[in-house]
Amino acid sequence: MKLKRLSAAVLAASLFPVAAQAADVEVLHWWTSGGEAKSVAELKKMMSAQGVTWKDFAVAGGGGDNAMTALKTRVVSGNPPTAAQIKGPAIQEWGAEGVLADIDAVARAGNWDKQLPPVVSRVMKYKGKYVAAPVNVHRVNWLWANPEAFKKAGATVPKTWPEFFAAADKLKKAGIQPIAHGGQPWQDATLFESVALGVGGADYYQKAFVKLDKATLAGPTTVKVFETLGKVKTYIDKGAAGRDWNLATAMVINGKAGMQFMGDWAKGEFTAAGKVPGKDFICTDAPGTQNAFTFNIDSLAMFQQKNPAAVQAQAKLAATVMSPAFQEVFNLNKGSIPARLDTPMAKFDDCAKKSSFDMSAASKGSKLVPSFAHKMAMPSATEGAMVDVISQFMNSSMTAQQATERLARAGAVR
Amino acid sequence: MSGSSSQGSLHALADRWLPKLVLSPTLAASLIFVYGFIAWTGWLSFTESRLMPRYEWAGFVQYQALFENERWWTAAANLGLFGGLFILFCLLVGLLMAVLLDQKIRAEGMLRTIYLYPMALSFVVTGTAWKWMLNPDMGLQKVVVDLGFTDFTFDWLVNPDMAIYTVVIAGVWQSSGFVMALFLAGLRGIDDSIIKAAQVDGASLPTIYRRILIPSLRPVFFSVLLILSHIAIKSFDLVMALTGGGPGNSSDVPAIFMYQFAFTRGQLGVGAASAMMMLFTIVAVLVPLMYMETRSAKRV
Repeated sequence: MKLKRLSAAVLAASLFPVAAQAADVEVLHWWTSGGEAKSVAELKKMMSAQGVTWKDFAVAGGGGDNAMTALKTRVVSGNPPTAAQIKGPAIQEWGAEGVLADIDAVARAGNWDKQLPPVVSRVMKYKGKYVAAPVNVHRVNWLWANPEAFKKAGATVPKTWPEFFAAADKLKKAGIQPIAHGGQPWQDATLFESVALGVGGADYYQKAFVKLDKATLAGPTTVKVFETLGKVKTYIDKGAAGRDWNLATAMVINGKAGMQFMGDWAKGEFTAAGKVPGKDFICTDAPGTQNAFTFNIDSLAMFQQKNPAAVQAQAKLAATVMSPAFQEVFNLNKGSIPARLDTPMAKFDDCAKKSSFDMSAASKGSKLVPSFAHKMAMPSATEGAMVDVISQFMNSSMTAQQATERLARAGAVR
Repeated sequence: MSGSSSQGSLHALADRWLPKLVLSPTLAASLIFVYGFIAWTGWLSFTESRLMPRYEWAGFVQYQALFENERWWTAAANLGLFGGLFILFCLLVGLLMAVLLDQKIRAEGMLRTIYLYPMALSFVVTGTAWKWMLNPDMGLQKVVVDLGFTDFTFDWLVNPDMAIYTVVIAGVWQSSGFVMALFLAGLRGIDDSIIKAAQVDGASLPTIYRRILIPSLRPVFFSVLLILSHIAIKSFDLVMALTGGGPGNSSDVPAIFMYQFAFTRGQLGVGAASAMMMLFTIVAVLVPLMYMETRSAKRV
């Protein structure tokens, strides 16, 4: 029996010579654009300082779709990488396939439960055990505004929905496109979730989009959300269909448009154009979402390794990812904020500081909610069905009532 | 003497076995990679597979989920619309161009190359180019408005009700040249003496085309239908590049649906079920066509 297992192991080892060797870590990710690639290079440096060789497994394109296809093939063939960039409920889906590694020992040693907001650590665990390490937090419910455009129109940056529509009207009158938007399903969903959080509040959001409560989803608040979204829709130009998010951001940068609803990765576009936060552009909470925070967390999920040396290297990787030094340098490059609450924020810009402050405040007031448009809140099948409804609403004459009914039906898809 | 005779038998042996030997890898590859994978997909469509393949039998649940999905019906309706119009216009435009080129005109070779050239582009290139041309803010509409016709609108690309027709336009542009080439080859293959005989009988040129030439192109029609219908059913790259299935999912087609459900939404079972439906569509179109074609070939 023993011999059989041994021979099976030998056979497996000889079959998969690319499997991570002794002190290697192989990390599947799609951080390939400028700032992101820089961030990954830092991690590589930190790992080799500990005598661990970094094997890059970057699969670019498709917002991670291509990488997921590559990952599936590797896992099916019994040769998973050390870690892979997986986030949100997808971690649970992979956990259910029984292929993720338990890194609870590392987490206990590093006291992760203390360092992470409970909402965040829950995402990183499968059945109560840590299986993934968070690398950053993106805030999604931002409103980006061009102060010069607002000055020209005589409008003020809105804090509530009535103020928002007043400002949008003034911008329109001044010949400025009020809202820059790209009509792609995920952008429609990003806009929808900011509206939902602003109109319905964090409790509603939690019930409807995290717990997927049917009565809440089909209720009058959802109708109100769609009505508001329908009104927002009228301030979006026709050319928005299929526009990429960064082109929409460019419209705000050059003053063609006044505002954009987008996560904090939009900041990278502003700073790349040499704009200064607070002066050349304004980052503020989406109307009605003060103190609330929709998060989108990137994380590295750890896969079970056969080789004990590989397990050790994996533990080192997990510990390094959660170290304050890495969290700081990675996020300075990427434009997001650290997942660890105790990371020093001195080197970050004003938007990131506000984001970090709001995150701890929202965490205390239980207003820290996962972004479903960015696959953080619900199973991918449900999320896909909901996004279908939202983008259909954005692109047809569907009424708010009809959209609510369909959304409630989509919420039941598993 | 005996040497040459053994060489002869060796030749005979090689003649008998070599073709089979050379063809067998191809046969094995297509058995595994085409029919084997079709069977695998069929099997998956009857399981509870989510993120990864699982093999417990689950009956028709995935087909049920598929048929309850509104987006699937949008995709299916779009396929019908796109497929029908695409094939119809490709046939009409291709045949017209072939007939016109057949008039022994000057510079025919050059014109033929020009019309056939879109065929050399990939659908991704065609889709991207047409996306720019049809974009209301920078394409055709802007040009005409800049010329002074300020009321002119042509916003099919961003209009959810019309977006699927832009796919038809780009598809026809790409493929009609190829259809023309097939028809032209067919026309050239017809015996001149038949035409001369008809002319002697006093038939006019349109009559000759209508009553003699086009009916004798029947086998070409079959080939063209065969090729166009499978291009239409599997179309993915053109739609992806041109509209991305949008606005919303108004120009969704089954191939995009299949890809998204199987690979990005963790619903491999539903994806497999939709792939099987696409296969059945192809079979439903091709089997009668091939049957009719073989029958007509026998009759001739």
